[in-house]
Amino acid sequence: MSALEMRYEVPGNDFTRAGEASSAIKNKLKQMGIPPGVVRNVAIAVYEGEINMVIHASGGTIDVFVDSDAVSLVLRDTGGGIPDVELAMREGYTTAKEDIRSLGFGAGMGIPNMIKYTDEFKINSEVGKGTVVEMKVYLEK
Amino acid sequence: MTMTIGDIAKLLDCEVQCCEDRLNSEVHTACGSDMMSDVLAFVKDQAVLLTGLLNPQVVRTAEMMDIICIVFVRGKKPCDDVIKLSAEKNIVILSTSHRMFEACGKLYESGLHGGTK
Ligand SMILES: Nc1ncnc2c1ncn2[C@@H]1O[C@H](COP(=O)(O)OP(=O)(O)O)[C@@H](O)[C@H]1O
Ligand SMILES: [Mg+2]
Repeated sequence: MSALEMRYEVPGNDFTRAGEASSAIKNKLKQMGIPPGVVRNVAIAVYEGEINMVIHASGGTIDVFVDSDAVSLVLRDTGGGIPDVELAMREGYTTAKEDIRSLGFGAGMGIPNMIKYTDEFKINSEVGKGTVVEMKVYLEK
Repeated sequence: MTMTIGDIAKLLDCEVQCCEDRLNSEVHTACGSDMMSDVLAFVKDQAVLLTGLLNPQVVRTAEMMDIICIVFVRGKKPCDDVIKLSAEKNIVILSTSHRMFEACGKLYESGLHGGTK
């Protein structure tokens, strides 16, 4: 059972709004009195995930669960999916084109950053169906 | 040695675009990049971000990282929406006519380094 559960919608058609959900999540966790270091780790990881949902898929939902021991995140999209997840997890691997790179993303560091800032990371993807990213950051290290 | 956002504004002849009330805040580290994932890869405290990129995701990136000041290089001025967003987040925006390499060099020379935690 989660002590608190929240859902955020990520619109897929508007890059200028990418990050709004992560911002709302960060503020909410801060308000709840979650330690600043944990809040920052969650914020960075979910922000990279949100950006991916916008630039590689067509938006989706982010569910946040706050328990006594961890903050958990589930990011779901119904985009094109990832053919080779292991490859996608590698530092520097990207399918982003120059248009995305000129926006400051597409360095292939998004998934590595998500792994770096979280204690648990899982990604499930099916081509043609979509991608589910599950992440957990522990409240105490 | 300590440096404030105001010191940076002076060193780089910056125009202050928002949050003038925070010019006394101390800055401990800096990073310069146009790739936001590179910025997101290393957490720094009391940091300033120098960039040539102008979109709202620069402010979002700074917000996620708890970065307290953004310096737009090469004389670039962000649009009102970006300034408004940054003001909401209490992140100072400076703009300088110096180019990235020059701006970073001046700050480094004055004792501001890229120390990571
Ligand atoms: N939600 C997603 N839907 C489809 N493809 C994705 C998604 N997230 C990541 N990918 C794929 O994995 C690659 C690596 O992602 P990432 O590490 O975030 O780097 P970047 O976003 O900079 O390309 C992407 O280039 C893309 O091909
Ligand atoms: Mg990415």
